[in-house]
Amino acid sequence: MSQQVQQGRYDADDRGYFGGTWGGRFMPEALVAALDELTDAWHEAMADEAFVSEFERVLRDYAGTPSRLYHAERLSRQVGARVLLKREDLNHTGAHKIRNVMGQALLTRRMGKTRVIAETGAGQHGVASATAAAYFDLDCTVYMGAVDTRRQALNVARMQLLGAKVIPVESGSATLKDAINEALRDWVASVDHTAYLFGTAAGPHPFPSMVRDFCRGIGDEARAQCLEQYGVLPDAVAACVGGGSNAIGIFTAFLEDEGVEIHGFEPGGDGVDTGRHAATIHAGEAGVLHGARTYVLQDEDGQTVESHSISAGLDYPGVGPQHSLLAATGRATYTPVTDAQAMDAMALLSRTEGIIPAIESAHAIAGALDVAKRLGQEKGPDATVIVNLSGRGDKDMGTAIEWFGLGDTGPSAEERK
Amino acid sequence: MTSTTTAFEKARAEDRAALIGYLPAGYPTVEGSIRAMTTMVEAGCDAIEIGLPYSDPVMDGPTIQAAAQAALDGGVRTSDVLRVVEAVAATGVPTLVMTYWNPIERYGVERWAGDLAGAGGAGMITPDITPDHGAEWIAAADAHDLDKVFLVAPSSTDERIAMTATESRGFVYAAAVMGVTGARDASSDLAGPLVGRVRASGDVPVAVGIGVSNGDQAADVATYADGVIVGSAFVRCLLDHQGDEAAGLDALRALTTDLAEGVRRASR
Repeated sequence: MSQQVQQGRYDADDRGYFGGTWGGRFMPEALVAALDELTDAWHEAMADEAFVSEFERVLRDYAGTPSRLYHAERLSRQVGARVLLKREDLNHTGAHKIRNVMGQALLTRRMGKTRVIAETGAGQHGVASATAAAYFDLDCTVYMGAVDTRRQALNVARMQLLGAKVIPVESGSATLKDAINEALRDWVASVDHTAYLFGTAAGPHPFPSMVRDFCRGIGDEARAQCLEQYGVLPDAVAACVGGGSNAIGIFTAFLEDEGVEIHGFEPGGDGVDTGRHAATIHAGEAGVLHGARTYVLQDEDGQTVESHSISAGLDYPGVGPQHSLLAATGRATYTPVTDAQAMDAMALLSRTEGIIPAIESAHAIAGALDVAKRLGQEKGPDATVIVNLSGRGDKDMGTAIEWFGLGDTGPSAEERK
Repeated sequence: MTSTTTAFEKARAEDRAALIGYLPAGYPTVEGSIRAMTTMVEAGCDAIEIGLPYSDPVMDGPTIQAAAQAALDGGVRTSDVLRVVEAVAATGVPTLVMTYWNPIERYGVERWAGDLAGAGGAGMITPDITPDHGAEWIAAADAHDLDKVFLVAPSSTDERIAMTATESRGFVYAAAVMGVTGARDASSDLAGPLVGRVRASGDVPVAVGIGVSNGDQAADVATYADGVIVGSAFVRCLLDHQGDEAAGLDALRALTTDLAEGVRRASR
């Protein structure tokens, strides 16, 4: 954040296009004035030292940043390379998403708006939004797919306790994409007094760039911490990619470091060849969804295809447009990780490091371990991989209980996994 | 192909506003939607907007969402929409497609423009494309002489209204309220001033949509606009008579008659 807003080759132009193609603003005219107002307010705020220092202060004193860069020693020994975990799971509310919402809520207050709306998949962004709304005294309404409200009931309760109104969305496939549709419908009617706290680095301009700027502290911190603690840049950086806010948050600081490999891991669900997955970049095609040109899971008529992932937070048939550019230019590599691989990684990290990761982050762990093994073989045990541990796994215990058959303490339980 | 301009010219000659009716293609079936739209033409619609059902319609309220989703569930394809265009255009009224952008990008913009023109379509209304992000569509529409209908909203700046009026052909679609499609009880007090702002920017016709559902509201809008657009209220006629096509068509005919009488009743 202390750095100026960049205008590099991986950044969007003034109209929101990355590489001239990806992103943009495919939106109803009714929202254009609000998006322009937001763009102006964001530019002015980022150039205003008072805003930037207030944002840094709130993140430090309230959210608990900078998050630690932690050397996972047992895991490192297993793979033969140095694995460093960026501990975003230790932030207030348990994920990187607090950075984005505190930034956007601070901007909302600066713009004089009194109400925020948000969409949420797993509930993490909804909880973060409700938290920011409580902190800044804003009214908060969260749209959540009805399917997700059932599989993430604990987060629904957290949002309600924080004072937010949670509206289950029954339309379409009743998941994250439909929650975004419903939030946009609310916004068209409420835009004069309401800010839309978009939950990921996707959607119409300026959201992909603005959300990245609010999240890029992850990578700025990790890069400085790695240099300070180990005297070198990492050989690779890894993150999970749904919409892609945690990933772009950690990638951004390393984009111009040519020697650093950048790896995004997409939700492979039951396996990309089964059709039940959310590996948008790997298996999707260029299209327009939620206001941006990006990779989209779609059928031959351009209808959005329902995605699938064991992780509600990654279950999205689109992806942030800057990731599409990074994939198209080859600067970053995007690889699917299946539900089963992610759940194995969840168990592995729990047992080797005593850290229960969010299933989203477990995708990054699973993929990064393969990268670390390869780099360890190529470069030796000092090869360094930073993994963004974007969230903690408490919210996923219901899924873990079901997947692993936990909770049963009877005699036969010992024999299970 | 019949440009939408002809509908406005005809209405203007009769000193009234034009009535533009919307239904999604493929609801309840492709053939059923053709019969429904033909009924609306027979009962007095001056132009027809054919909705292309889409999985993520962010500008649509629950009524249109329900019918569009049912059409998708019934297997409607983009090619079916062209079939509906062809049938409705054959009645002689200007026939437009209203569609979100991704299905068009997927079909191929240039190919779509050619096929739409070939089917007799007058042009396209694009709720999630504004002229400043619509270069590809504008080029294709110009190449095939298709109407480009962009939207303006009460929140639009004068600068954007001027830009939109300049880039539109056929008419400008003025959203009467800040909100998604769907019938409203009260008439909008935002639409009149908005139409006035568009008029100040050029002489392209201005039609008002969103929220108009009966003859009285149509008469009110017709006092200041060149056209009255009705969507959800027509869709409601079909949704309310699922499984009874004759009753649905009767309801459509009655509503069209009421609206057509409304646009003629207005004192202009």
